[in-house]
Amino acid sequence: MNVNRFSELVDISEKTGEPLDRVVLHWEMLDSGKSPKEIMEKTSELLHVMEEEYESHKGKTFKTLVGLTGSNSKKMYEYLPHAFIGEKVFTAATIAVLMAENNASMGRTVACPTGGSSGVMPGVLLTLEKSGIERDKLVSGLIVAGAIGKIISVHASLSGAQSGCQAEIGSGTAMAAGAAVHATGGTPRQVSNAAALSLKSLMGLVCDPVGGFVEVPCVKRNASGAVLALMFSDVAKAGVESVIPFDEVVDAMAKVGIAMPESLRETGKGGIADTPTAQKIAKEFSKKFKL
Amino acid sequence: MPSILEIIGPSMIGPSSSHTLGAMRISKFAYNLDGGTPQDVIFYLHGSFQETYIGHGTWLALIAGLCGITTDDSRVAHADKIAKTLGMKYEFKPVDLGEVHPNTVKIFTTKNGEHHEIIGSSVGGGRIKIISIDSLRCQLDGEYPTLVVENSDVPGALEIIIKTISFSDVNIARLELNRESRYLKRANAVIELDSEPSDSVLNALRHLEVVKSLMYAKAIF
Repeated sequence: MNVNRFSELVDISEKTGEPLDRVVLHWEMLDSGKSPKEIMEKTSELLHVMEEEYESHKGKTFKTLVGLTGSNSKKMYEYLPHAFIGEKVFTAATIAVLMAENNASMGRTVACPTGGSSGVMPGVLLTLEKSGIERDKLVSGLIVAGAIGKIISVHASLSGAQSGCQAEIGSGTAMAAGAAVHATGGTPRQVSNAAALSLKSLMGLVCDPVGGFVEVPCVKRNASGAVLALMFSDVAKAGVESVIPFDEVVDAMAKVGIAMPESLRETGKGGIADTPTAQKIAKEFSKKFKL
Repeated sequence: MPSILEIIGPSMIGPSSSHTLGAMRISKFAYNLDGGTPQDVIFYLHGSFQETYIGHGTWLALIAGLCGITTDDSRVAHADKIAKTLGMKYEFKPVDLGEVHPNTVKIFTTKNGEHHEIIGSSVGGGRIKIISIDSLRCQLDGEYPTLVVENSDVPGALEIIIKTISFSDVNIARLELNRESRYLKRANAVIELDSEPSDSVLNALRHLEVVKSLMYAKAIF
């Protein structure tokens, strides 16, 4: 089974009637030699880390390494009853920021797919869990997300230094959207559409961290990723299709990454990092800690 | 192809897989090679490690690795205090190591009067490359138990070393043999294994006539 496109996994699932996460587990077994049971257990452990970190930090402030963020998730947590966009969506945004602030303060995090984008997936999965989606459905969703990320890593990249933020928050959002569709009972085709729609929306997003550090704008971008993932999960389940198939969107993202100048690929030299305020922050910080 | 578990994980200490996790894994290799926490360590930071060692917590990750903490232990953020309780003194210095990866560190350790020096690069996603052990060049990713043997450059030396290893049912994954000096009849072998060798195998190797010195580092987890 020499699969290396997402559409092939969807086809196999549709033709055989095997759920998409089972197809992914078998693909993974042939590829890595790991049993489905082992992969499911390890995936469940990763979800457990997300749950634990959220539970032990909710409503708290963080002391981040550079100090440019740290109290935002607390503010959002307290504002939750007033959120106009609704409890579920605002919760997803809040959890995403919390996990990203935890990451920025040397907390334990799940690099799903990277440290900088590690808030998106828990933002989505833990919101689903709070809304009553069973835990084993979330684990299946995370396995499907793994396949989405694996396809992106093979044909494009998951690294901001290589392809910009579209490869980190963009990929994380596509993965989380697919996970949400699968966990809530959507079809394999809807998973693929949700991932494609998400990645298209974040196509071209640059990686421009202030001073090169994983705080601004990374932390808040996790919130937009989580919200976008939930929205496109519903859009796809409503029957909306992506005109461009997911695999082609991935190839397009790879090309955009190659076309991106180095200043917009995690060097801290372009985009937001190139603003007068960012330059001032970076200069003061590096002066303070010069070796 | 990567495993999906590498895509949706690993569980680690933030903020950055290349600046935090990778740094910690390099330092963990030094810890495994030393067989524990040294009394003194100097970290020589090269390139991007030098620029961002505070903002990415690289310094704490490096200290944590030599304290023997696991890579997703929340105590990494307080590694400086743990080093103090373990009695490890540390120092950070800038260095230019030339044409190496931007995220590279040289770690010089002293434990019970014995010195070791490794150079390692963090090459992305938490993956590392150890490029030098005690000035001996190598290319290790730290995923395997590793033997570094200095041996006599005489016929059959490698054979008897390999026999001693395989006699204990340990399989060799990769092996590199280099001549150090034809005149001194010295060579070295870097041997990566599929499983951990027992103490008796390590002792048997140390007592071989062709083995001048032997270092062993467990795999990094």
